[in-house]
Amino acid sequence: MTDTLIVPTFDEPATEAAGRKLVIICSKGNLDMAYPGLILGAAALGEGIETHLFFTFWGLDMITTSRMENLKFTMLGNTAMHLTQAPKMPIPALMGSIPGMTGVATKMMRKQIADLEIPTVPEMLEQITQMGGHLWACRMSFDMMKLNEADLYEEVEAVISASDFMEISEGAQIIFI
Amino acid sequence: MPTTMIAGRPIDVNDEGFLSSYDQWDEKLGAELAKLIGIDMTEAHWAPIRFLRSDYPARGETATLRRASTVGGFAIKDLFELFPGKPAKKMAYIAGLPKPKGCV
Repeated sequence: MTDTLIVPTFDEPATEAAGRKLVIICSKGNLDMAYPGLILGAAALGEGIETHLFFTFWGLDMITTSRMENLKFTMLGNTAMHLTQAPKMPIPALMGSIPGMTGVATKMMRKQIADLEIPTVPEMLEQITQMGGHLWACRMSFDMMKLNEADLYEEVEAVISASDFMEISEGAQIIFI
Repeated sequence: MPTTMIAGRPIDVNDEGFLSSYDQWDEKLGAELAKLIGIDMTEAHWAPIRFLRSDYPARGETATLRRASTVGGFAIKDLFELFPGKPAKKMAYIAGLPKPKGCV
């Protein structure tokens, strides 16, 4: 028993006022590589941290409306594949190249994600913007992939250059994915 | 497990100050907890707090912002306005519940 009042400290040190700022660079378009940035971004916003997501190269697929719902997971090149049903059984790398295997693996991963009540990629982006997060597209990748602004998820604020990125990321902690 | 005096009565809390006994809470205490973190409760504040309280017993964990939005029907934007900065944690504290465990 103590007479001291124990109250959680909510407003320090991570508040916007304290200047903590996070920039997440999303450079991959695989389903499994889309989630780390989205989850960390939503978590940061939930902690009151100013958060920006910058989509570059294959990461642009995450904010391209015709593709964002169909990101895929491939076993190819992934040595950390395990079946949850038989965790000790090795999965030969060659299996990843069997036609249709990427579709099967994607379907399995989607189900595992949904079972944890984790939202889909578009739903995550929607939540991030509702939480006040900022979405930016990379100019060079955008031009290279011959995209139009109408191809992008509507909440993307702008297509920006590398030097714009430098301005936005000033003073921020940066995570590259 | 520490005990702290809030509103003139002993309350079990964890090291951070979150309540650790679901049954020690009532709305009067909730209003006191809110005051301690600088929030004056209005009806708009109470609605999500009541949702968190009713959602907790069956699941054994505190609803995340996502759940408050999809199941409780509260707009995430509104929750940020009502409980600025860290809405999920602030709501959990006022509702006398543990911090949410879920990532989203």
